[in-house]
Amino acid sequence: MTLLWIPLISLLGSIISSMTGKLTRNQSTGLTLLMPVIALLMTINLAPAVFAGDVIRETFTWIPLLGIDIAFRLDGLALLFVFMILVIGILVIFYARYYLSSNDSMPKLYAYLMLFMTAMLGIVISNNVIQLWFFWELTSISSFLLISYWWHKSEAREGAIMALTVTGAGGLALLAGLLLLGDIVGSYNLDVILASRDIIHAHAWYEVTLILILLGAFTKSAQFPFHFWLPHAMAAPTPVSAYLHSATMVKAGVFLLARFYPALAGTDIWFIIVSFTGLATLLFGAYVALFKHDLKGLLAYSTISHLGLITLLFGLDTKLAAVAAIFHIINHATFKASLFMATGIIDHETGTRDMRKLNGLWRFMPYTATLAMVAAASMAGVPLLNGFLSKEMFFAETLHQQLLGSMSWLIPILATIAGAFAVAYSARFIHDVFFNGDPIDLPKQPSEPPRYMRVPIEVLVALCLVVGVVPNFIVDDILTAASVAVLGGVVPEFKVALWHGFNLPLMMSAIAVSGGLLLYTQRRHLFKFHDSLPSLNAKKAFDKILFAVMKWSEGKINAIENGSLQRYITLMLLVVLLFASWPLFEMSHLGGEKQLTPIDVHNAMGAALLMIGAFSTVIWYHSRVISLLMLSVVGLMVSIAFTRFSAPDLALTQLTVEVVTVILLMLALFFLPQHSPRESSSMRVLRDIGISTGLGIVIASICYALVTRPLDSISEFFLANAKTGGGGTNVVNVILVDFRGFDTLGEICVLGIAALGIYKLLANLPLLIPDRDSEGRPWAKERYPMLLASISQSLLPLALLVSFYIFLRGHNLPGGGFIAGLVTAVAFILQYIAHGSNWIAERLTINYRKIIAAGIAIALFTGVGSWFFGRPFMTTWFEYFDIPLIGEIELASALIFDIGVYITVVGSTLMILASLGQLTADEPKGEVKI
Amino acid sequence: MLETVMLIVFAMVGVSLLLNVWRLLVGPSVPDRILALDTMYINSIALIILYGMSMGTTLYFEAALLIAMLGFVSTVAVCKYLLRGDIIE
Repeated sequence: MTLLWIPLISLLGSIISSMTGKLTRNQSTGLTLLMPVIALLMTINLAPAVFAGDVIRETFTWIPLLGIDIAFRLDGLALLFVFMILVIGILVIFYARYYLSSNDSMPKLYAYLMLFMTAMLGIVISNNVIQLWFFWELTSISSFLLISYWWHKSEAREGAIMALTVTGAGGLALLAGLLLLGDIVGSYNLDVILASRDIIHAHAWYEVTLILILLGAFTKSAQFPFHFWLPHAMAAPTPVSAYLHSATMVKAGVFLLARFYPALAGTDIWFIIVSFTGLATLLFGAYVALFKHDLKGLLAYSTISHLGLITLLFGLDTKLAAVAAIFHIINHATFKASLFMATGIIDHETGTRDMRKLNGLWRFMPYTATLAMVAAASMAGVPLLNGFLSKEMFFAETLHQQLLGSMSWLIPILATIAGAFAVAYSARFIHDVFFNGDPIDLPKQPSEPPRYMRVPIEVLVALCLVVGVVPNFIVDDILTAASVAVLGGVVPEFKVALWHGFNLPLMMSAIAVSGGLLLYTQRRHLFKFHDSLPSLNAKKAFDKILFAVMKWSEGKINAIENGSLQRYITLMLLVVLLFASWPLFEMSHLGGEKQLTPIDVHNAMGAALLMIGAFSTVIWYHSRVISLLMLSVVGLMVSIAFTRFSAPDLALTQLTVEVVTVILLMLALFFLPQHSPRESSSMRVLRDIGISTGLGIVIASICYALVTRPLDSISEFFLANAKTGGGGTNVVNVILVDFRGFDTLGEICVLGIAALGIYKLLANLPLLIPDRDSEGRPWAKERYPMLLASISQSLLPLALLVSFYIFLRGHNLPGGGFIAGLVTAVAFILQYIAHGSNWIAERLTINYRKIIAAGIAIALFTGVGSWFFGRPFMTTWFEYFDIPLIGEIELASALIFDIGVYITVVGSTLMILASLGQLTADEPKGEVKI
Repeated sequence: MLETVMLIVFAMVGVSLLLNVWRLLVGPSVPDRILALDTMYINSIALIILYGMSMGTTLYFEAALLIAMLGFVSTVAVCKYLLRGDIIE
């Protein structure tokens, strides 16, 4: 159960921190930190087993028919990422405590951060690729929330939308790729996929699958040409940037490369796409970073460049390159997170991030400056720091590849150039900010930040140093374990060490450092050159494309959905006509082999009345009240037909529903025009007659075809099992409350939701109340006719008695909770009609919303109750008891369920009708009461 | 004997229903039509009871009971609508 708990605890943390609004900042931070710390302890507990070579798995079945499980898997790679996500997450939460001003909502940031942490943890420990994708999408959504944290700033909103669009589009590509992958392998289980390398490589869809999955990885990791969202995401608060762009969000992309490395890598197409994308991103990012005046802009492009480096390493065809990539993932996370935090401090203390203004800060914040300088040196790849080690490995690997055939020597050269630019922008970060003269026009007088704001940076910088000096001491275990996971068990001998002797990689490092410093000192010329280049604005192009797409789809939507209800129903009916008539044309003859029953006088007369009612409804539709009266004839005849053809339950339901419908329509009609205007053209009337006639013919033919054939349906099962399985002889009721109890539960929920929706929509709705009827006569004076008042009052107990009787006998004879509920509701509504809302409000003060909630709760808990007896949800129980004087009675848990149905129906019906009636009541306004 | 009586009564109730519908169709005023519908409900009670008797079962009597008890509520609603417009005041 431990693996499931890791993301679950983090999710719990999100909920907890969202509720800390009333607490002080320290309490809020403490409570938020609690959950990731617990998760970290749990992970540490699991670590020794993973280091020993175990893979910890946990599986819960979810949708077995589709091969989708909730499955977790903790191997070395996942463990490395879990550590990174949790440790840096904890530091970021701590740091944010001091970063946020008192105007910013702390619980909001923490809740989003924890949600994001959950998503990241879910990605790295998923053992089912569909589940992995689910968490992948969750990172897109939660990063959207994080980037738009300062939603009042337009650049935050735009940056968030851009990040969501790019990573969301990549996510869709990834889903397509994963589905194809699942199809190729025959399973969505990651274990199976990782073991099916040969099948995947040999498959015809390999290239498509690979490109789709890589699209997902590259958009997330901000690889060229999808990098443009990352600099705009810098509009987020700095703790968010520190988290998203060092250890998590962008690392999800490279995690995906590492995760599928055993299954997808090893082919030419992988090497070509991955290495060239990585190389382009590495060079482009390093070059642009030098020219950014915004500190976070510099770090953003440096992040892009380092991600390019990691991607390039995964694309090199040596095993050690993958090890170097994993090592650089760790190192980049540590130094980049600390640099972002240092930038946040500088921004916090000086009020600006513009390097043209920031100068000579060393004098004001020597301690922070030292920390930032160490981290920046690590970013540049200076010896004794962790960045140096992985950069050396990177340089060494570029020497061993054969990517470009005879031109492969170009790659080490390009790598060295990128290294030189990295040194140059790191030098700029150090020299331009902390030295280089005096600050210019700072909004604030700079000083050291609060003591504890530096603690997270100190921890990370210490890590940079320790890893840099004694690498084996800390990273050996985890690096080996992660490499085993990525390389599929065969790990080449590698030795992470500070000193390898005088060799080519060391030369390259030396060239990069000296070249970088040279570049930095000559930066004036470079800036002039860069400024003369035509400026490419990715945001403008992005906006243009997005606008065009939105415009296009808006046009398409408006073409279909123009707001005309007549049009919608026409289209729907045409579709029905098409699909329903299709099979009819394929049948050889309409009638089946069953004998037709002779037509007797009763049936003929009933059918004639039904048809007259239906036709009259249509003919009189301009005059709405008369049309409604005709519709009642249809309802009545249908109820009688139900009785005639042995469906008493349906007849009872239909009769009560009829009454409720008439009341509802009368209530609504008061506010509506009394006459439908004649505005259709003759052609249109002709068309509509054509469609409805066609539909009538098709439906009648289907019915005829159906009833003349022997029908083998599921009803035999219900007839045979109602008594033995459900304990009742009324099959309809047993189906409702037992066999299909789950459906009924859903239906009463829908009923309750509909009632609440109507209540909400009608609340405080201003409506014009007509003071005369449609023919201009004033309304009658008498509000509550005495005859009606007395009859309705005396009817109430009788109706309640009848509904009680119908309810009780429902299990064995026609009746049940639904009908009984409607009968009760009608009896109460009659009181409303006879006495008015206020009269009732004085006598009964029951809140309908609570009644609905109680009904659904009773039904739900009856279902849940079977868990306590070790049975599946909604298992019913029944037993017969012999009671003296009364005789044998049956008690069934379905009866309690039926009470829930009854209460919900009463509450919903009354709520809907009374809310409508309340619209005209003078007082009291507001809540509807019985 | 009972068979014959039943047949005759069936026919009579059927004719009444048809006449109700006739009144419903020709009106002329809305109260005429409401009255016609209400009478149709009452005749349906007879029809259902008769049907139950001819089949020898009491299973359908609840339907008749419901029409008797609640059928007039729709009539009341429509009447109140004609008189006051607003049926729940």
